[in-house]
Amino acid sequence: MTAQLEYPEIDDDNALLSIQGLWKVFGPKAQRVPRRPELASLDRAALAAKTGCTAAVRDLSFNVAPGEVFVVMGLSGSGKSTLVRCLTRLIEPTAGSLIFEGEDLRAADEKRLRALRRSKFSMVFQHFGLLPHRKVIDNVSYGLEVRGESKPDRRRRAQEVIDLVGLAGNEHKYPEQLSGGMQQRVGLARALANDPDVLLFDEPFSALDPLIRREMQNEVVRLHREVGKTMVFVTHDLSEALKLGDRILLMRDGAAIQLGTGDELVGAPADDYVRDFVRDVPRADVLTLRWIARSPRDGEPLDGPELGPDTLVREATRLVLASDRPVKVVDGGQLLGVIGDEEILAVVADPADSHWTARPSDAQPSDRPAF
Amino acid sequence: MAAITSDVQVEVRRPRRSVIIGVLLVVWVAAYFLLSGIDTLPLGGQETTGFHRWLTENRDFVGQGNVFFDAIRTAVDHLVVLLQDLVSRPSFGRPVPVVGWLGVVAISAYLAWAFGNWKVALLTAAGLAFVGLQGLWQESMDTLALTIAAVLLSLLVAIPLGIWAGLSNRAFKVATLILDLMQTLPTFVYLAPLTLFFAIGPAAATIATLIYAAPPAVRLTAHAIRSVPPESVEASRSLGSTRGQTLTKVLLPMSRSTVVVGINQTIMAALSMVTVAALIDAPGLGQTVLKALQTLDVGVAFNAGLAIVVIAIVLDRVTTAAGDRPWRTASVRRKVVLGAGAIGVLVAVWFSRTYVWAAEFPSEVGIGSRIAVITADVTAWVQDVFGGFTYGVRDAVTKGVLNPLEALLTGSPWWLVGAVVVTLAAILGRWKAAVPAVVCIGLLVATGVWQDSMITLASTLLATVVVVAVGLALGVWAGRNRRVDLAIRPILDAGQTMPPFVYLVPFLALFGTSRFTAIAAAVVYAVPVTTKIVADGIKAVPVATVEAANSVGSSNWQVISKVQLPVARRAITLAVNQGLIYVLAMVVVGGLVGAGALGYDVAAGFAQSELYGKGLAAGLAIVLLGVLLDRITQAAAPKPHGKGDKQ
Repeated sequence: MTAQLEYPEIDDDNALLSIQGLWKVFGPKAQRVPRRPELASLDRAALAAKTGCTAAVRDLSFNVAPGEVFVVMGLSGSGKSTLVRCLTRLIEPTAGSLIFEGEDLRAADEKRLRALRRSKFSMVFQHFGLLPHRKVIDNVSYGLEVRGESKPDRRRRAQEVIDLVGLAGNEHKYPEQLSGGMQQRVGLARALANDPDVLLFDEPFSALDPLIRREMQNEVVRLHREVGKTMVFVTHDLSEALKLGDRILLMRDGAAIQLGTGDELVGAPADDYVRDFVRDVPRADVLTLRWIARSPRDGEPLDGPELGPDTLVREATRLVLASDRPVKVVDGGQLLGVIGDEEILAVVADPADSHWTARPSDAQPSDRPAF
Repeated sequence: MAAITSDVQVEVRRPRRSVIIGVLLVVWVAAYFLLSGIDTLPLGGQETTGFHRWLTENRDFVGQGNVFFDAIRTAVDHLVVLLQDLVSRPSFGRPVPVVGWLGVVAISAYLAWAFGNWKVALLTAAGLAFVGLQGLWQESMDTLALTIAAVLLSLLVAIPLGIWAGLSNRAFKVATLILDLMQTLPTFVYLAPLTLFFAIGPAAATIATLIYAAPPAVRLTAHAIRSVPPESVEASRSLGSTRGQTLTKVLLPMSRSTVVVGINQTIMAALSMVTVAALIDAPGLGQTVLKALQTLDVGVAFNAGLAIVVIAIVLDRVTTAAGDRPWRTASVRRKVVLGAGAIGVLVAVWFSRTYVWAAEFPSEVGIGSRIAVITADVTAWVQDVFGGFTYGVRDAVTKGVLNPLEALLTGSPWWLVGAVVVTLAAILGRWKAAVPAVVCIGLLVATGVWQDSMITLASTLLATVVVVAVGLALGVWAGRNRRVDLAIRPILDAGQTMPPFVYLVPFLALFGTSRFTAIAAAVVYAVPVTTKIVADGIKAVPVATVEAANSVGSSNWQVISKVQLPVARRAITLAVNQGLIYVLAMVVVGGLVGAGALGYDVAAGFAQSELYGKGLAAGLAIVLLGVLLDRITQAAAPKPHGKGDKQ
């Protein structure tokens, strides 16, 4: 795994949303924690013992590009939900800067902030946050209502997004009459109704059944393709992060552990924590040939079939194993390296990966006595 | 590790605590035999202290004549009189009220239907017709007018306060503190001081009722606002709502049904207080009960008490139905029918203003006197048949338990009792309970009615033991068995809505005038609330926890004693606390029927102007007892676990 993936770092100029040194500390006199280096460097337990404060978000810096799906991932308590709320100041950050389209969000007053929330940002919540006393269509048009649009206008717009998220026919039902998946569609429609630039998702599908969850993930992929919104998506589910995210920010105890694409996280984990985190991921589904290509050995025949560097390992497996000579990885006519059987097998049946070797169904077929 | 060690500590500490308390009580009894009769601070019925005489002399100091209080009194009086003019008494130069009985029945039923459903509308019409047939129409309307006035004023104060307490943490803390105190005071107590400010009459009655009835609405409004899911509020904020928009479009609509529960409780509390306020000359059914009580006319008292219960049931069911109404907006058909109904109501009101038969409730069919006669007969019969038995029970309990307990409390030197109480408080709740205990004991001595306080305390403690025993048994049973719960709930509800001194009437018949009568009435008065809280606590134990206990083969008793009761410990402490307060309130009311002590002192303060100061001091002593008992039981409550682990 030598070839490091070249992903252009998004610089401040073309970023839609730029976060620098963001802190959120809960507790007494929270302000002092980011300011004083000796406090800022303490870990969670030491900080709580010394000051009674909890740093939910500590010193985060990243940029979100226009049109990107930016995933924030971490276990519960890692501060990811706090982070996403800090982005629109639903929770007031303790320190750091938030720049959106060149505008300093932390300097915005209450009125300006409301204006931004009414038109630029929308949020989808884990437990939907619907208003039980309103019909679906009135829930969806709530955001339009608070910004003062006329009833016919908001009805029309609400109907559009209801159709878009596949809720047509349910306009006049109440949230409690819908299933969890359908309720989250209402939440999604409500967020889309404002036609925001940025959609924020706070673990939107965690409360749903696995099947519904997959359906809703596909829905988000489809919406992203159709409406092309920038999305910041919080989840604790690695497969969801890999499926949706252009880039993934992995958080632990409020701090960033690694920021990168899915194959970077799997292929080049920053530390043992990340390595542990991605251990169970079927690597062949995530890694591309770029990650496993090696320089050709002396005397190796270089007339094998050619594949692009972004081909997934899984897709290449059959071809590589069937070919009697190494497969060439070629990008724009330039040879990046070659791949033989052992490289493919190292990924597909990685001995270090307990997930593959220890699976009982692989070791012992189904003739095991029933008990 | 930390969790394990703290568990061990609890295991070690609990038995030690009960041993210490046992030793303390034994020492007390031993000391009693040595020291009895010393420093007992006795005070005869007509005796007063300097403090009492000072209070009597200065009774006009702050009261009538003060511009501020007079303005409030005038405004409240006008509101009450206006409502009385509307429904209960001849007004505006006509021999009948503005709206006659037919109009009142029509309007009430229509409102019940519009806010609730047709069933409660029928119930409303039937209930009002029933009290009319009892021959108590005017008294009922007076009670209703007073209740409505008090409820309107209560809500006017309570709902904004509740919203404020719901939105602000600081306001919530302050409000909880004040409401705790307001609800700790037995209703009977602040009647006396209030007459000092607002004179005897409807205004003082309304304001006393307001104080008693507002807390539930404040509490439940605040609770409702606070329990709106934070995500809904966040969602609203994230879409750029202003505070006002979030309040009116999200918080208030989502709190509606809980707020209605608060209004329901306020109405119930107001009704019960309005009847008690008869003691300070409030008009209505309470007067009828009180007069009958004074002449020991069980039949008439029961008839009026029954009317109060009927009105209570109607009000309760209508507001409950209003709270249960789903979110859905009315269908077109319902709107049309409601409109037609409104026209019917107008016609009925017109009738009631035009014809005498529709204005004054016909008196030919009075079933009230028949109810009174039957009740009197039944009471006499019960007295004949069970008199020996009930008197026997009374005498046995009085001689066997009450007298020794009372002797222990009143015969010990005051400083010995004080020391025992403070030590007990310190064991149960450390300094948090000990400090209030010291303050309360000191002030109790200062009131000059120490011995009467101890007599009241003896009755209260005895009644509370019975209440807790019965309440636990019934509560656990109802909490574990849905069918039992459904069966006894209505009885408990009725028991709670019945005005306190209606209870006294049947007990008077059974037990005569004695301390035991007040204790028995107090038990019946306090058992419903205790049972309800215990049952709710048991029901709140997670199903999974009980299933886990069952899955390892626990017997029913083991599940109850090792799982359900410990998990529901906080609810049980609350039940004991509420039981104590209810018992105290009723024991005090029992002072009217020969229980003597503090209740009698207060009543005598109303009746004899030279005892006014002593009555006020006795009222103060009741408050002090209430605060003392409340603080000790509150402090004995287990702390919530895992504090600080999670935010």
